[in-house]
Amino acid sequence: MEATKVLDAKGLACPMPIVKTKKAIEELNTGEILEIHATDKGAKNDLTAWTKSGGHELVKDTEEDGVLKFWVKKG
Amino acid sequence: MTIKPMTAKEVTKKVINKDELFILDVRNEGDFKDWKIEGENFNYYNIPYFELLDGVEGIMDKIPADKEILVVCAKEGSSMMVADMLAEKGLNVSYLEGGMKAWSEHLEPIKVGDLKDGGELFQFVRIGKGCLSYMVVSNGEAAIIDSTRMADVYVNFAESKGLKVTHVFDTHLHADHISGGRIIAEKTGATYWLPPKDATDVVFEYEPLEDGNDVTIGNTTINIHALYSPGHTIGSTSFVIDESYLLSGDILFIDSIGRPDLAGKAEDWVADLRESLYKRYRALSEELIVLPAHFMIIDELNEDGTVAEKLGTLFAKNHGLNIEDENEFRKMVTENLPPQPNAYQEIRETNMGKINPDTEKQREMEIGPNRCAVR
Repeated sequence: MEATKVLDAKGLACPMPIVKTKKAIEELNTGEILEIHATDKGAKNDLTAWTKSGGHELVKDTEEDGVLKFWVKKG
Repeated sequence: MTIKPMTAKEVTKKVINKDELFILDVRNEGDFKDWKIEGENFNYYNIPYFELLDGVEGIMDKIPADKEILVVCAKEGSSMMVADMLAEKGLNVSYLEGGMKAWSEHLEPIKVGDLKDGGELFQFVRIGKGCLSYMVVSNGEAAIIDSTRMADVYVNFAESKGLKVTHVFDTHLHADHISGGRIIAEKTGATYWLPPKDATDVVFEYEPLEDGNDVTIGNTTINIHALYSPGHTIGSTSFVIDESYLLSGDILFIDSIGRPDLAGKAEDWVADLRESLYKRYRALSEELIVLPAHFMIIDELNEDGTVAEKLGTLFAKNHGLNIEDENEFRKMVTENLPPQPNAYQEIRETNMGKINPDTEKQREMEIGPNRCAVR
């Protein structure tokens, strides 16, 4: 998937992955995609809820070797 | 204004003392609905922390300035952030140290009573999850029953009192929490007991806990009689300690009875459950103090924080012990059961020794309330 921007939030604990994601997505235009890498297990739950409440779309998420990856389309 | 940490132990004190506390829970709505800190005089407001990243102005009218305020999240980080924001607005606030993770793991040892010949009985209340475990103490020795996975708490408690742990029991193969029994036995050299009918698939050594066993703790007259009382699991065993206390495992609770479906055999076991509750327990002295392996709601806590009630009182008041009609009983324990505990199959396999998840994974498996009863 073509991401406009990649955010490395690996090693950060809650709430930082969401704080950084919010900042990063503010710099994008509607329809552009932000790719987020995180290692905090709670990130999945939180990002899912956050994208919903913010009117964005979680297009895809994966997990490889303990790294959670998310693709969020700005709403 | 400043923020300060509040420990799970301090919150537990407030629950027991029925203090007032305003809890701002910043976890997701679903997590909050599923499981939260319960206190008789606690008030709550739930809003996910990520809705507050731009500031807390929008919720200031929800926060009472005249009450003690505790901000709660899953692990700690978000609650500190929100507490900081509230402090900037001039409020004195605390955050829950270690978050709901710490709350789930906190054990509060409370003395239940003295035993004949100088022994003591302690109940370890896992307040956040509703698990109850026990330590019988007598003449330098200790026995631990239905321990949680926080093995060190029991071992340290015993050490601090100069006790040698000699026996560790599980009343049944637990499905809602991971047992610390085997680990405590390994650490202390104690004998680990488990009902053999629940242990057919376990991969470790254990002493078969069967009807008629007597185990002596210390050299006083504290005896533990195994009373075979199937129903919640096929092996569920109760103990009568010192002729005074009935440890009822997951068969009988204060305000509810055990659910028979967690090994997928509700229909098969319902008759056993009825037999245990309506015949075997009826044959015991009504003066016995019932000490269950769980509590469901905070109302079950006594003034001192223990969960205990006379058997005679339960015969009079517990709905589950007063269903004359067998079919109605069958229906109650097999239909409309509450949702099953989180990861209960994996928890059973862990307790059998078949899988060995790491601590982080074990924590995750145990998230949420226990759900082993029907009301």
